[in-house]
Amino acid sequence: MNRAALLVLADGRFPAGGHAHSGGAEEAVTAGRVRDVASLEAFCRGRLHTAGLVAAGLAAAAAAGYDPLLLEEAADARTAAPALRYTSRRLGRQLLRAARAAWPCAALDALATARPRGAHQPVVLGLAARCAGLTPLDAAHAATYESIGGPVTAAVRLLRLDPFDATAVLARLAPDMDHVAAEAADAAQRVQADGPAALPAASAPLLDITAEQHAVRGARLFAS
Amino acid sequence: MHLHHSDTFPDSHVHGSGTSSAAEGSGGRRRALRVGLGGPVGSGKTATVAALCRALREELSIAVVTNDIYTREDAEFLLREAVLPAERITAVRTGACPHTAIRDDISANLEAVEDLQDQLGTLDVILIESGGDNLTATFSKGLADAQIFVIDVAGGDDIPRKGGPGITSSDLLVINKTDLAPHVGADLQAMARDAEAQRGDLPTVLTAVKSPGGISPVADWIRERLAAWTAGPA
Repeated sequence: MNRAALLVLADGRFPAGGHAHSGGAEEAVTAGRVRDVASLEAFCRGRLHTAGLVAAGLAAAAAAGYDPLLLEEAADARTAAPALRYTSRRLGRQLLRAARAAWPCAALDALATARPRGAHQPVVLGLAARCAGLTPLDAAHAATYESIGGPVTAAVRLLRLDPFDATAVLARLAPDMDHVAAEAADAAQRVQADGPAALPAASAPLLDITAEQHAVRGARLFAS
Repeated sequence: MHLHHSDTFPDSHVHGSGTSSAAEGSGGRRRALRVGLGGPVGSGKTATVAALCRALREELSIAVVTNDIYTREDAEFLLREAVLPAERITAVRTGACPHTAIRDDISANLEAVEDLQDQLGTLDVILIESGGDNLTATFSKGLADAQIFVIDVAGGDDIPRKGGPGITSSDLLVINKTDLAPHVGADLQAMARDAEAQRGDLPTVLTAVKSPGGISPVADWIRERLAAWTAGPA
């Protein structure tokens, strides 16, 4: 047990490239679906219970020691949009670099060798948590927090939202994050026996579609 | 126009993170020298990169990473001007925080640098152009081996006096657009004097990079840095 490492890993300042990504918030802002604190909260709740849950399940399974290459396939199967697969692998590659510097570990080296162009970010996150001495539930918490922390920061920049109001959105969703993380960690306990099919496979079709739209937009601040 | 010489290279070894930061490239050869270019919006960073590419591309293998703020404008300008073949220019997006991408979280830029090195093989110099920022912008030593800060006389001749990390700590300060000085009432002598007061022995160049020969002192400085880099301990 090494709880402080979770704070290091989940810190938005952890240098793993996340600051340039909005988790779909920029496209939602452009389309007018996110325009204030209330619509940001709705966006985050939806993202948390879909993309966040899936990422948390993968991260928890990787932290539990399940084969990361099998989880790679499971992540592909759960990531329909090519733009999101690309983003996930890029962020995974960047996280891998930071994690290997922070928590040197043979398992991370092996994944970097097997996937030189990048592994899916939640898989890397879970493996990094494992190398940092964290539990599957810790990894799930990091993934859930990250799934909405990025969009909230992006919305502050894009909409000039009051940063206190925006942070209150995260605080209000904390019980939801706990619930989603627990559900993901639960599923990860079954993965050794039942295989990756035990992991959550929720989808967010609108995030998939808008990720593709965003990827071909010329003028944008965020990479995704 | 003047150029102080800096013959030492105290930070030639890049410290820290990841696999790409070591001075060795693949095959035991030294990896490319990475030079960061920062400075306020409109000071002429992209024009400097373009002019450097034109001046050096015959003798050196060069690639460029741009950090556009909102569009791909800088990368597209370089492509349109055909200063380098398209495969030698990469654009990175910075999520509204250009200084973060060159200092606090250099992940995306390091990845772009690595990819250029992988795709192009032998490279001598990689120029990393930051998005237009403020006077505090500096490059992490994990990303750039040396940094150039570009300001211009039209931005106000008090900028060197104001200082800030970009002015005081950059390895080369370029005060650009000296041809505009009479039109904007800028005092070049005062700018040079203030720069020297802020920077001590660090070199400063007053020039107009778009004028014929205007890039020469900057290109010469790159040649010196590259010679020191190549000769340095791996």
